[in-house]
Amino acid sequence: MKDIKKLIEEKHDSVRSLFEKGGKFEKWYPLFEAQDTFALTPPDTTKGMTHVRDAVDLKRVMFTVVVALIPCLLWGMFNAGSQYYHYSGIETNLFATLFRGAWIVMPIVLVSYIVGGIWEVAFAVIRKHEINEGFLVTGLLFPLTLPPTIALWQVAVGISFGVVVGKEVFGGTGFNILNPALTARAYLFFAHAKDMTGEVWAAAKDGATGATPLGLGASFGGEGLNVTDALADRGFTFGSMLWGLEPGSIGETSAIAVVIGAAILIISGVGSWRIMAGGCAGLAAAGVLMNLLPSEVMFEGEMVKATTWTNVPFFYHFVMGSFLFGIVFMATDPVSAAATNTGKWIYGVLIGVVTVLVRVLNPGFPEGVMLAILFMNVMAPMIDYYVVQAHIKNRNANLRKFTYAKG
Amino acid sequence: MPAINKIVLDPLSDNNPITVQMLGICSALAVTAQLPTAFTMSIAVTLVLCGSNTIISLLRNVIPPKIRMIVQMVVIASLVILVDQCLKAFAYEISKQLSVFVGLIITNCIVMGRAEAFAMANPPKESFLDGLGNGLGYSAILIIVAFVRELLGAGSLFGKQVLPDSYPGNGLMVIAPGAFVIIGLLIWLQRSITKKYEEA
Repeated sequence: MKDIKKLIEEKHDSVRSLFEKGGKFEKWYPLFEAQDTFALTPPDTTKGMTHVRDAVDLKRVMFTVVVALIPCLLWGMFNAGSQYYHYSGIETNLFATLFRGAWIVMPIVLVSYIVGGIWEVAFAVIRKHEINEGFLVTGLLFPLTLPPTIALWQVAVGISFGVVVGKEVFGGTGFNILNPALTARAYLFFAHAKDMTGEVWAAAKDGATGATPLGLGASFGGEGLNVTDALADRGFTFGSMLWGLEPGSIGETSAIAVVIGAAILIISGVGSWRIMAGGCAGLAAAGVLMNLLPSEVMFEGEMVKATTWTNVPFFYHFVMGSFLFGIVFMATDPVSAAATNTGKWIYGVLIGVVTVLVRVLNPGFPEGVMLAILFMNVMAPMIDYYVVQAHIKNRNANLRKFTYAKG
Repeated sequence: MPAINKIVLDPLSDNNPITVQMLGICSALAVTAQLPTAFTMSIAVTLVLCGSNTIISLLRNVIPPKIRMIVQMVVIASLVILVDQCLKAFAYEISKQLSVFVGLIITNCIVMGRAEAFAMANPPKESFLDGLGNGLGYSAILIIVAFVRELLGAGSLFGKQVLPDSYPGNGLMVIAPGAFVIIGLLIWLQRSITKKYEEA
């Protein structure tokens, strides 16, 4: 095994000069470099004095996120398969379910990686920068936010928009103001709304559709039913939604898979626990506040029954829809999130609050977490600015006290 | 004084009112969902620009500096009302689709900006050409944006279906944010060709 590795490394190094400056394939250096860092060990090491020497580099950070996403991906495959058989009315075994799920999900992931990768390489070659590992995460996050029935060409168009408009326009990884995977999803959400929301197709067969619990909940609420009971009648209890056997986007249905991913991110220090905790606190608080809304409202001089959707218990908001997935994997993107510790709390809490506001009060959109995160991505630099200013102001006040005491 | 052809050509690209000066964005978002409305709006704005620049330039030596804004406003508003009435008389359908946006040409920053920045300091002939150049620069962007939006949004051009019926349409292009994206991409394209960047 060792010998084979050595052989590959020697072969690789023997062509290095071709790709370096003045070489025959100078233009394709980013591709060579990508293979070098990704599969082998690049020869260049930090030599200056002012560098932090740490084993954790961007590649490892991104790879940790990919590992954390694996439970969601696996569950997503299983769920896609089980929904497919459920709506086709076929009883089957675990293996067949997983196989069918992989058959549905893997093409989506592959298209996302290949098309997005082509854009990534194109920009790296034109702009002469290195291919960035960040795309490994974007390319996997994006398919997990899509319904399993999405058309493959839509995946290709979506990821192109996400990589080009969400990231490269601003200068590439590290300069994007919005999360590229969510930008891609937002594009599809607005461009092809009927394929993305409401009645998310669970099975690409015989036109069988299954509405997501969120979509159902909003319509039950409009009819004035007891939402939790009505959902339970359809088989969506708190427990089943916690496990995630429900129609929805590929990666988000299971709260448990997301929590496993969250644990990996928090323990490794890659994802900010402040953002996650803040988001959950904001969601719970806003959910409780919604319960306090009156059940009847005055409308044109008459008392009219308001939607019962506001009465849904706050903990249901955690398992319905993709809030947990969003706050764990999307909101914690270090580039587009707030950077200060206080800022992270504010940023997280507001994502939770805006999510509930969009879900419950806006009949146009059943799910609000995507819009909430994108909105707070835009606000993040402003939050940081005010946190830093407040800090400076505090310090200045203390400084003055100190000088007075002395003098 | 700048050369004549520079006055007309400059606003088309290097000093484009929309992509470089970032003026008139509001109407560029509102009327570009289809080509016919964008086309009409382009003509209307160009006419108003040429007219207001010429008239204000003729009056420039008799306008008291303190109330110049009010005088400019009166001239522009009169011209806009004139254009609005003509549209209502001769192209009623389109004027209904454009709704308030013809009236809002009064508040279009390009018109006021050219009056203040150019017509107040230059003779009528140059001012007229400056208005023409800026109007054409505005029109060029409007028509490009409308072309892309109508083609991708509805699969048609000037209301005629050009893409096959199986084309599913694109909801983003039908709503105003689509125009933001197109204008942003146009700015990106233009700046990477002309290599003129504005660094803060």
